[in-house]
Amino acid sequence: MSTQEENAAPDGYLDMELLRFTTAGSVDDGKSTLIGRLLYDSKSIFEDQYEAIEESSKRKGDEHVNLALLTDGLRAEREQGITIDVAYRYFATPKRKFIIADTPGHIQYTRNMVTGASTANLALILVDARKGVQEQTYRHTFIAALLGIPHVVFCINKMDLIDYDEAAYNKIKDDIEAFSSKLDVKDIRFAPISALKGDNVVNESQDMPWYKGGTLLYMLENIHIGSDHNHIDCRFPVQYVIRPQSDQYHDFRGYAGRIAGGVFKPGDDVVVLPSGFSSKIKTIESFEEKLEEAFAPMSVTIQLEDDIDISRGDMIVRDNNRPHVDQDVDIMICWMSDQALLANGKYGLRHTTNEARCLVKNIHYKVDINTLHRIEDDKNIKMNDIARVTLRTTKPLFYDRYSRNRVTGSVILIDEGTNETVAAGMII
Amino acid sequence: MKAYNLTHLKELEAEAIFIIREVAAQFENPAILFSGGKDSITVAHIARKAFFPGKIPFPLVHIDTGHNFPETIEFRDKYVNELGAQLIVGSVQTSIDEGKVVEEKGYNASRNALQTVTLLETIETNKFDACLGGARRDEEKARAKERFFSHRDEFGQWDPKNQRPELWNLFNGKKHFGENFRVFPISNWTEMDVWQYILMEGIELPSLYFSHQREVFVRDGVIMASNGIVPQRESEETVTKTIRFRTIGDMTCTGAIESDAGNLEHIIEEVAASRQTERGTRSDDKRSEAAMEDRKKQGYF
Repeated sequence: MSTQEENAAPDGYLDMELLRFTTAGSVDDGKSTLIGRLLYDSKSIFEDQYEAIEESSKRKGDEHVNLALLTDGLRAEREQGITIDVAYRYFATPKRKFIIADTPGHIQYTRNMVTGASTANLALILVDARKGVQEQTYRHTFIAALLGIPHVVFCINKMDLIDYDEAAYNKIKDDIEAFSSKLDVKDIRFAPISALKGDNVVNESQDMPWYKGGTLLYMLENIHIGSDHNHIDCRFPVQYVIRPQSDQYHDFRGYAGRIAGGVFKPGDDVVVLPSGFSSKIKTIESFEEKLEEAFAPMSVTIQLEDDIDISRGDMIVRDNNRPHVDQDVDIMICWMSDQALLANGKYGLRHTTNEARCLVKNIHYKVDINTLHRIEDDKNIKMNDIARVTLRTTKPLFYDRYSRNRVTGSVILIDEGTNETVAAGMII
Repeated sequence: MKAYNLTHLKELEAEAIFIIREVAAQFENPAILFSGGKDSITVAHIARKAFFPGKIPFPLVHIDTGHNFPETIEFRDKYVNELGAQLIVGSVQTSIDEGKVVEEKGYNASRNALQTVTLLETIETNKFDACLGGARRDEEKARAKERFFSHRDEFGQWDPKNQRPELWNLFNGKKHFGENFRVFPISNWTEMDVWQYILMEGIELPSLYFSHQREVFVRDGVIMASNGIVPQRESEETVTKTIRFRTIGDMTCTGAIESDAGNLEHIIEEVAASRQTERGTRSDDKRSEAAMEDRKKQGYF
């Protein structure tokens, strides 16, 4: 029997992939109902959870068991019937494990949508079939594109309320295709659903024989996510240096970190930034195992052939494929603080495992996320605003464009007085 | 062509290792909160992998209510010894003796809530600036909204409405003097993920998790261990049942389930078929709809 077979779980669970997706849409679009439906029909809701929301629904005098209560965790949210913060939900099918970042869709919550989108492979955007494309549809699609989410699925919901009308569905689909052609989204899909009735969510609809695209869950289970990480440009930001103070490992000097891009192998010629010293990879290790290769998003420990001075914040790359090295960077930011962005203000900055300070040198324009227009005469950047700015950093950053690599192309800004995270930034 | 894909368990492990290393890099004096339960054992196991061949560069902290199962304490001491780690014990009994907390009275009295005081005091005394814990977002509604790096003010409180946004894998551990962080590396794991990982890695667990015979009694549908710690009503008859524990907490608030699952494979089958969450046997969560949120705000695990 091979090792693989010995390790195989009764249900093949060890072969599953992980898909992280975010959901956008307001309460009225039936977003919570959709998530409830996915969890319920895939049998991911437990009896005691269901009983608890059944009880609360009854107490509030709701007619149906309100599946939205499953996702509203904080007392204030349940009392006010709104979602305040990103909530994370989990479910699994025999093929994949899913992490849902459930984000509120109101206009003032751009910051939460950006947060949920930052780690997602896929975005579900809900559109009410009765209303068609709305201002918020633009907003959600724009944010998905801005955050570089590789796959976007538009769920045209409440098809039951428009008699499962194919023509109406196609009209909405055309509208979305028209405006999203201006945005950089790699993979766009559509599904006509009814979250309330369960059509095309987990089970195929009996009322839409004209639709052959597969259920939403089928898409979630089968969309190819293997290429979502960058496996081309080798980037290893050093996170921590392991030097065991023991006799057995006296000479061990390992650089621990998470691979941000590319495929590393022992014997590879590498260069360390910022010093520029060259060396060769001696070993790549994961606990007691020596690996033949390592790729994103693995956490490993690398030993080099030569003893050179390397510390946290340095980056190990291939000689023939280097990142940009610069102190002036252009970024798109999403502002996340009550305190407006200070023109010429100084902020702390985090980029990979590197820390620096930065100066906001120039604010180019703000984006009206409902019309996607650039606003060049209003440079007052407030909470939930998205803007293009130029930063000058205290030391060079080793970066790739965000569209090339989401790990080496992203930064956060930190208010040095309050220590709060005030902005998310994508390097252009 | 080779597919450069990780299985979900490997990806979750890589994420947890990254977060634990980030704690070691960003904080001066971190600790692992270790209860002897499967989640904190998993965190300790991942921490060991994160720094290998070096040792885990921080101590393990156990908040002992004095009402732990003897099996838990025995396991804890053996495990810490094997890791070669330092163990720091915060004692709820000491907090009671010093008059810092008052013990609950009555049949449902539990020291569970009192732990918060002892925990915060242990953090303060040892000047820990980050405490790694095994909490998971799938456990409870309030936890679903907590960050990996969860900020605590100088009183140890959590403010759920004012959490720092957490983007990509850029974690902001900046803080003012006296503040600290709780960090949850396995936030994204489910109960099933933890069990599958334990199986995959061959991690040793306290015997309480596996089916055994025990003298128990039933209260409000919950099977409680009968051993003199929890006061029994006369009507609550002691019987011997074949049981196991799905979670391991204080004896006063941890219920058992009837089970024949004597090894990990059987436990996984049982968890897969289960229609109750694992905290369904925890009486501490049932006190009110927002019981966990309230305790967390005050500084609970």
